[in-house]
Amino acid sequence: MPRRNVPPDRTRTPVTSPAAKRPLVALEGVSKTYLNGTVALSGVDLAIRRPEFLSLLGPSGCGKSTILRLIAGLGDLTTGRIEWPRATHDHRGRPQRDLGFVFQEPTLMPWRTVFGNVYLPFRLKGVSKREAAPRIMAALERVGLAAFAGAYPRELSGGMKMRVSIARALVTQPSVLLMDEPFAALDEITRHRLNDDLLALWAGQDWTVVFVTHSVYESVYLSDRIIVMAPRPGRIVADIAVDAPYPRGEAFRTSALYNECCRQVSAALRDAMAGHEHEE
Amino acid sequence: MNPAEAKRRRDRLMQFLVPLVLGVAVLGAWEFLVHFYAVRPFVLPAPSRIWAALLADLPSLAASTWVTLSVTMMAFFLALTGGVALAILFTQSRPVEMALFPYAVILQVTPVVAIAPLILIWVGLENITTALLILAWIVAFFPILSNTTLGLRSADHNLLNLFQIYGASRWQVLTQLQLPAALPYLLAGMKISGGLALIGAVVAEFVAGSGTGTGLAWRIVESGNRLNIARMFAALLLLSVMGIVIFFAMSGLQWLLLRKWHESAVRREN
Repeated sequence: MPRRNVPPDRTRTPVTSPAAKRPLVALEGVSKTYLNGTVALSGVDLAIRRPEFLSLLGPSGCGKSTILRLIAGLGDLTTGRIEWPRATHDHRGRPQRDLGFVFQEPTLMPWRTVFGNVYLPFRLKGVSKREAAPRIMAALERVGLAAFAGAYPRELSGGMKMRVSIARALVTQPSVLLMDEPFAALDEITRHRLNDDLLALWAGQDWTVVFVTHSVYESVYLSDRIIVMAPRPGRIVADIAVDAPYPRGEAFRTSALYNECCRQVSAALRDAMAGHEHEE
Repeated sequence: MNPAEAKRRRDRLMQFLVPLVLGVAVLGAWEFLVHFYAVRPFVLPAPSRIWAALLADLPSLAASTWVTLSVTMMAFFLALTGGVALAILFTQSRPVEMALFPYAVILQVTPVVAIAPLILIWVGLENITTALLILAWIVAFFPILSNTTLGLRSADHNLLNLFQIYGASRWQVLTQLQLPAALPYLLAGMKISGGLALIGAVVAEFVAGSGTGTGLAWRIVESGNRLNIARMFAALLLLSVMGIVIFFAMSGLQWLLLRKWHESAVRREN
């Protein structure tokens, strides 16, 4: 199948070994039309690599969350295919999607403790609590909440709940973490801290984050690749690399490269919105 | 003890004391007025006379209390199991819900007094307890059914998505997500239903009529016929106590099961 290369302005070729060139997830000609006739996505081609920190950026209605849900297997495609070239497939030919999902809300079960919430993915697969406990505690350790294993979600702040949600998504050590505007509901200080913590979790690891956001600055700070999307119908309009090394810190936020990237991404977003100004 | 804590204790004490003082005052006034105006006992007995009647007839009244209580508890238990089972069925199968829900509503809105004679004829006067059970059940089960159905549906959609992502079975979704999410709703339904089961049992007993009843409701009818108003009041008192006990038992259960996680059972912190 021929692959259309969306980015005309793509400047970087990732340094990867030949075996890693097969994408982790490949979307080919993906369209999604809802029952009410809304065209959420139209003809989306996207190859998600491993590892990478990929952001999907665009205004509301551009279908960025829809892409995430389709990758997770929630809902059907109208046309096109989503392949997992590296995954094993079950007897019915469905890929064993190996992913974690973080929603905009923490989406915790209020009747379970922090430990019980992070145990969920294992519990649903029939892994005993005792067997899973070391990995659960390790995941909580990584998000800095080991001391709160016995607390109930209502006892935690918004940022802490989000960390629990991230720990739950990472506890199975998935190859891709899908995040749907995860920090949009948090205050800016908490958001910056969680951004840094997320980068620290991801840095040097061999896995992929697909991060949906509508913030240019957040996407530039976090990502090594940004997909800019346009609405009505939802489609990809730019694929921009952010060639800054990790780890990134406050120095990156004030660097010339950061500003240049923000300018470039903003311009792409503005082009994407051309003709839609009256709607925003 | 800090001032806030002291205030809270005082509030709690007042919450208990104020109604008690009012009750004692009303009883005192009642006793006084009955004696002052020399009201005949078959019109309005004094509280002291009611208390005496209660003590004098305690063995037989206790037996009647047991009859009414056991009908109430059995009807409540059947309403609970039937209501929850039907609610689960409704949420698992849309056609079943479409077929049955209208009839559940009809059963609910038809006054139980109007159905009672029919049920009595069908079941037969020799099976009076069964008839009482059916009638009390009809009254009690609907709050459980409708609340549990609502609760099962109220599970967070993104949690449902998450369960789907992790490949959860229908059974896992039901037992680990929908039922826990429905628990606060179910408990609210049980609180209503517990009181309704008692009302259903009493109404059914009234309708079942002469010679067959041995429960408290029948003792009220019988005492009224014999102008033994003091015993009537005594039976009424026992019914009220039963209702109060049921209410507090349900509230206690609610607190016990929800205190750790649900907003309704947690004290506001500000």
